[in-house]
Amino acid sequence: MAVNLITNGSNTTCSDLSSDWMNSEVMTGTTIMAVEYDDGVVIGADSRTTSGSYVVNRVTDKLTRITDTIYCCRSGSAADTQAIADIVAYSLNFHKMELNEDPLVKTASTIFRDMCYKYRDSLVAGIICAGWDKINGGQVYVIPLGGMCIRQPFTIGGSGSTYIYGFCDANYKQNMSKDECLEFVKNAVALAMSRDGSSGGVIRLAAINKDGIDRTIISGDKIPTFHNG
Amino acid sequence: MSSIGTGYDLSASQFSPDGRVFQVEYAAKAVESSGSIVAIRCKDGVVIGVEKILSSKLYETSSNQKIYNIDRHVGMGFAGIQADGRKVVGIARDESSDYRQNYGSDVPLKQLANRVASYMHAYTLYSSVRPFGVSAVLASYSEAYGPELYMIEPSGLYWGYRACTAGKAKQAAKTELEKVKASEMTCEEIVKEVARIIYLVHDEIKDKLFELELSWVGKVTNGEHQLVPEDIASEAIRLAKHTLEEDDLDDDD
Repeated sequence: MAVNLITNGSNTTCSDLSSDWMNSEVMTGTTIMAVEYDDGVVIGADSRTTSGSYVVNRVTDKLTRITDTIYCCRSGSAADTQAIADIVAYSLNFHKMELNEDPLVKTASTIFRDMCYKYRDSLVAGIICAGWDKINGGQVYVIPLGGMCIRQPFTIGGSGSTYIYGFCDANYKQNMSKDECLEFVKNAVALAMSRDGSSGGVIRLAAINKDGIDRTIISGDKIPTFHNG
Repeated sequence: MSSIGTGYDLSASQFSPDGRVFQVEYAAKAVESSGSIVAIRCKDGVVIGVEKILSSKLYETSSNQKIYNIDRHVGMGFAGIQADGRKVVGIARDESSDYRQNYGSDVPLKQLANRVASYMHAYTLYSSVRPFGVSAVLASYSEAYGPELYMIEPSGLYWGYRACTAGKAKQAAKTELEKVKASEMTCEEIVKEVARIIYLVHDEIKDKLFELELSWVGKVTNGEHQLVPEDIASEAIRLAKHTLEEDDLDDDD
């Protein structure tokens, strides 16, 4: 008689009584993206959190506040990324009080990187740290799985990002305005959501500049559609 | 010296009946009897000058550097007990590289001054250690914060300064410094001022053998703290000596 084995990450369970999603870690499958423009950054993400094939949350907010002008986009394990974001927000708040001024985006990404590298064997976290500070303006830093940190003019992440590398490389231009960036991110995330099973729901967009964050949500028939075949 | 603090001055962990910690005051006296330091912050940088009093003609002149690099953008000089000063330099270096390790960027001088001052203050709390007998001067220049100058006293108190001085000629130097309009001058001009002031307040009779060490950090060095180049330093010293001689000639009238 065949045995029903379910493997998820490092867990393998044998069960006829439970489905794959009952024993799966909750992942933010995800498409996340961030782009620098002259006065700030534009960040975007889908809103699907999955546990195996079950959609745990279809309206997730993956754009997490670190400070008023620094946000992070989370992909990978929901638990890991939430825990890391909490710790970074706490550390940065403490640092801000010592410094008596707003912290730098570079500082936030260094703290992310230190944690993601130190515990690289235990974590599954791909993070984009983006925001504005008064020394260097808008900046995007990406911290992928192993814990490296690099600044890029724009970056994409998560499982859905693999489907849009070509689109992004072809359509990115330097010195885009805020509205052009928003269009670019919206279209890219929409394309990824339509091809990646782990990405979907609504598109959450945000623009961050010296005045803080300005959030929008694109849902339902407002989501751009392309060739459906 | 009169024994004013009899009985209450044996350890830093004791107050006197009139609320003074004598050990900290004695540490300040150690600073007051050492070679002077003068530092001026101008519109695009900071210059530090240290009066190196040599107790022997046999010293190799360039081997006893008194101004130290803490990080690329920070320099430190001090007045007081040399050995204590070197320890403070080590602490400042540790804190600066620690900051860089944790936060990924240059330490703002305000933060560094705070950390070093906290460390020096800690040594004024216990009977098992003595306070540092140094006044430490920290200088830096960055695009973000501009030129910055801080001085930390043995008690752990510190302030930001436009110009500061410590050591045996402190009072005389302070009077001279108040006349300098540093905010409108450039680093090159300030180097000449620092040299002039140190030569002016230097005691020719008591400390015949001395050397002037000058360092700067500012736009002119691209934010890197370094010793003032040989040619600029020697020109400044030549001018300082010349001004002194002129003044001496005037005195004969």
